Amino acid sequence: MADEKANAAAYWKANVRLITWSLVVWALVSYGFAILLRPMLAGIPVGGTDLGFWFAQQGSILTFIAIIFHYAWRLNKLDKEFDVEE
Amino acid sequence: MSQFAINLIFVGSSFALYIGIAIWARAGSTKEFYVAGGGVNPITNGMATAADWMSAASFISMAGLIAAGGYANSTFLMGWTGGYVLLAMLLAPYLRKFGKFTVPDFIGDRFYSRGARLTAVICLIVMSVTYVIGQMTGAGVAFSRFLEVSSSAGIWIAAAIVFLYAVFGGMKGITYTQVAQYVVLIIAYTIPAVFISLQLTGNPIPMFGMFGTHVESGQPLLVTLNEVVRDLGFQDYTADVDNKLNMVLFTLSLMIGTAGLPHVIIRFFTVPKVADARWSAGWTLVFIALLYLTAPAVASMARLNLATTIFPNGPDAPALAYADRPDWIKTWEQTGLIRWEDKNNDGRIQMYNDANAAFAPTAEARGWAGNELTVNNDILVLANPEIANLPGWVIGLIAAGGIAAALSTAAGLLLAISSAISHDLIKSIINPNISEKGEMLAARISMAGAILLATYLGLNPPGFAAQVVALAFGIAAASLFPALMMGIFSKRVNSKGAIAGMLVGLISTLLYIFTYLGWFFIGGTNMLPNTPDNWLFGISPLSFGAVGAMLNFAVAYAVSLSTEEPPQEIQDLVESVRTPKGAGAALDH
Repeated sequence: MADEKANAAAYWKANVRLITWSLVVWALVSYGFAILLRPMLAGIPVGGTDLGFWFAQQGSILTFIAIIFHYAWRLNKLDKEFDVEE
Repeated sequence: MSQFAINLIFVGSSFALYIGIAIWARAGSTKEFYVAGGGVNPITNGMATAADWMSAASFISMAGLIAAGGYANSTFLMGWTGGYVLLAMLLAPYLRKFGKFTVPDFIGDRFYSRGARLTAVICLIVMSVTYVIGQMTGAGVAFSRFLEVSSSAGIWIAAAIVFLYAVFGGMKGITYTQVAQYVVLIIAYTIPAVFISLQLTGNPIPMFGMFGTHVESGQPLLVTLNEVVRDLGFQDYTADVDNKLNMVLFTLSLMIGTAGLPHVIIRFFTVPKVADARWSAGWTLVFIALLYLTAPAVASMARLNLATTIFPNGPDAPALAYADRPDWIKTWEQTGLIRWEDKNNDGRIQMYNDANAAFAPTAEARGWAGNELTVNNDILVLANPEIANLPGWVIGLIAAGGIAAALSTAAGLLLAISSAISHDLIKSIINPNISEKGEMLAARISMAGAILLATYLGLNPPGFAAQVVALAFGIAAASLFPALMMGIFSKRVNSKGAIAGMLVGLISTLLYIFTYLGWFFIGGTNMLPNTPDNWLFGISPLSFGAVGAMLNFAVAYAVSLSTEEPPQEIQDLVESVRTPKGAGAALDH
């Protein structure tokens, strides 16, 4: 029982770490590249405009998809590692 | 064949398909009615969730908003997709593990309080009812334009169709109709976009064409677009915004609000396993992205097409003569959504930014006496095939697609409302001893009641419908999302903290909105004018949901830490939702 509890706690810690890093990327591409850091990226041209504009209208959405699939894949592996899968 | 007959065939056959699915997918138990029996494939559910989520606003209005606002309105693109990242990692899998039927179910059990459950039910109903009004009126507009019936008749037809599959099929019927509706709406949205992208850039994929070369001018499309709009006194399409704080908070409000919408969350209760809920969120976003990556291309290309239609030889040459206007302007003039007023009496259509003082001398030199053409943002997508001279069947497809987008979202919202009433109010609070059969009947009656209410509000829309949609996002962001997230990620937050947090989030957001938009949206009762100078730190009322959410988190933690810990069985419940193992069994030990 105690083992099981410690195992569940370790699994949760690993999950929260994964979520935190995923959210860092999530915030970086949307709030960062697309909004706040856009002036800094203005020198990088993309199809007639700059990288920040591309992230605002395309790049952030594509990154969001990658984040979710990466998270699902990693966490399903963690489920098996910690033996907590359904 | 006349255009009317083509539209009728497309819309009629899509309706026949929905009704066929309704007959095939009748719900036999409350589990089927609320969560489609819990056996929906994650990719199927992703498609259904995408249709559930993409409303008349996404299909009809969003591209128009982006066309008008350019870069500044990218907030809608990021805000309405980024929420799925939060949903996939912070809410959906754990709520699926919890394994009950509704969102207030979780709040009521986790915060061991009827008050918390009731607060959640109220937030849910206010949000969903305001949302559903927009869907009914959206369906009404599509009907009246394409099927030549009155807007009211259109709303009644829409209500009858939703009634058929939602009341009999519940979540099961809704799920499979939403899959069909997704297919209809995505085809309808992308086909005109592909043709327009080919015409303008030679690239068949709109999301690449948008950043490609404009065939006519030989330079990048966005450079041409910037030049054209600048020459009409507008700011550059890709121009940066000054108020970054407001842009960040607005995007954040839309993201948190999206993740907190109950009709979206309950869709993840229908998949067989916790791991499926994670994959399903990913698939949902893939299906949404097919439309959301195309929308900005539609927006920029339509804006360019409109400007070059009005000024075929550039702004310095005489503009289009009113007598020579293309047919699509004539058709849309009849709906009142395009209006022309010949201010300088030259019989030509001038369209430019007459609010730009720096541009006024240029306009005067060109002999213009004010902007003469008013174009409603909403017609952009619906008129797109006509602007690009596409064949009649594409127009029929757009009609079916717009109606599909409105109906699929309406059905999802109505299910969220009816399950909150039959399950959370009647079964959990008023009469816990109700039989399975009785609860089914109650669910069907509340569904029918909700449809009647939605129809009534659609026929008599309150004057404030547009602002109310912003209110729905504000409430979802400020009330439900933080309560759900803290319920999973903190064992320490107790019922007092959660209720205090929800109330503070809800009330602060309402107060801020009412201050600028009027008490209960009654015109003239606002205490401050709704202009950026008056906003607190430049935060618009639409962006306040994110601030409300932060207040909710802060108050909930502060109150919880100064009161008692939640009981042991609640802490065990939190631990059990955190791991996928033993869905259901963990609650019984």
